[in-house]
Amino acid sequence: MVESNIIRRPVLAGRSALGSSITMTVAAPATRFILRLDPASASAVGSAGGFDVSGPINSVRGSNGKLAVRLGPNEWFLIVEDGEGAALEAAIAASLGDRFHALVDVSHRNTAVLLSGENVVDVLNAGCPIDLSDAAFAPGSATRTILGKSEIVLIRPASGDGWRVECWRSFAPYVFEFLTEASR
Amino acid sequence: MLLIKCPYCGQRPETEFKCGGEAHIARPEDPSALNDEAWADFLYTRSSIKGVLAERWMHSHGCQRWFNALRNTHSDAFLITYEMGKPRPAVDENGELK
Ligand SMILES: [Zn+2]
Repeated sequence: MVESNIIRRPVLAGRSALGSSITMTVAAPATRFILRLDPASASAVGSAGGFDVSGPINSVRGSNGKLAVRLGPNEWFLIVEDGEGAALEAAIAASLGDRFHALVDVSHRNTAVLLSGENVVDVLNAGCPIDLSDAAFAPGSATRTILGKSEIVLIRPASGDGWRVECWRSFAPYVFEFLTEASR
Repeated sequence: MLLIKCPYCGQRPETEFKCGGEAHIARPEDPSALNDEAWADFLYTRSSIKGVLAERWMHSHGCQRWFNALRNTHSDAFLITYEMGKPRPAVDENGELK
């Protein structure tokens, strides 16, 4: 039997930064899925495996524990605490029954930075050209967009004052440095 | 920055989008029935006009959906964007939407 000796090394492990009126921490490793599902099926089931898929495009639903970000008409990005992968896959499949869908585990593709503080919007707008004011991007909003030269998924959960920036693992050092520079 | 109205996401900055060339070019029903000249025409010949052109655009750093847009190639003004599969909106001789 092959014994596996694999040490997990998260890309930004242990990093954090404090700017002026902003705190940046690296999110704990998470389980992530991309769910592709027909909008009619989504509104019929309402939730899948405990993820609320009833939100409109560019919204986030659920608490910090189980986030469902709707990235497009038929695409959801599901985020939950690390280690629930296999059970969740089965739960999502069970709640969708024979409705046609695709579920892909992208846990290790992404990493995330958590931002809080009153200067979050200014810091993000250093590299993200969309309007992030409360009127245009209220709590409960989320979208795929860009930060500098990197693509990110920007999430502003409905509860709490925190923001979550998801990016591809290989872009993480760039994104983290970009935010750190912008916060000075 | 130029804003482009994604039919799914609303007004968004142009750097989130990619242009996919001229729209409403239908693939021939039976490609093997075409001679080389007609096939090359389908593949490569584009109208390249100065004025209102229908183009395919993709909101690649957003919802990642393709859609169509009427854009004035002279002024770079977007007249309208519309979902794939919908007919091309009519434009008058001044390049304005009818
Ligand atoms: Zn869009």
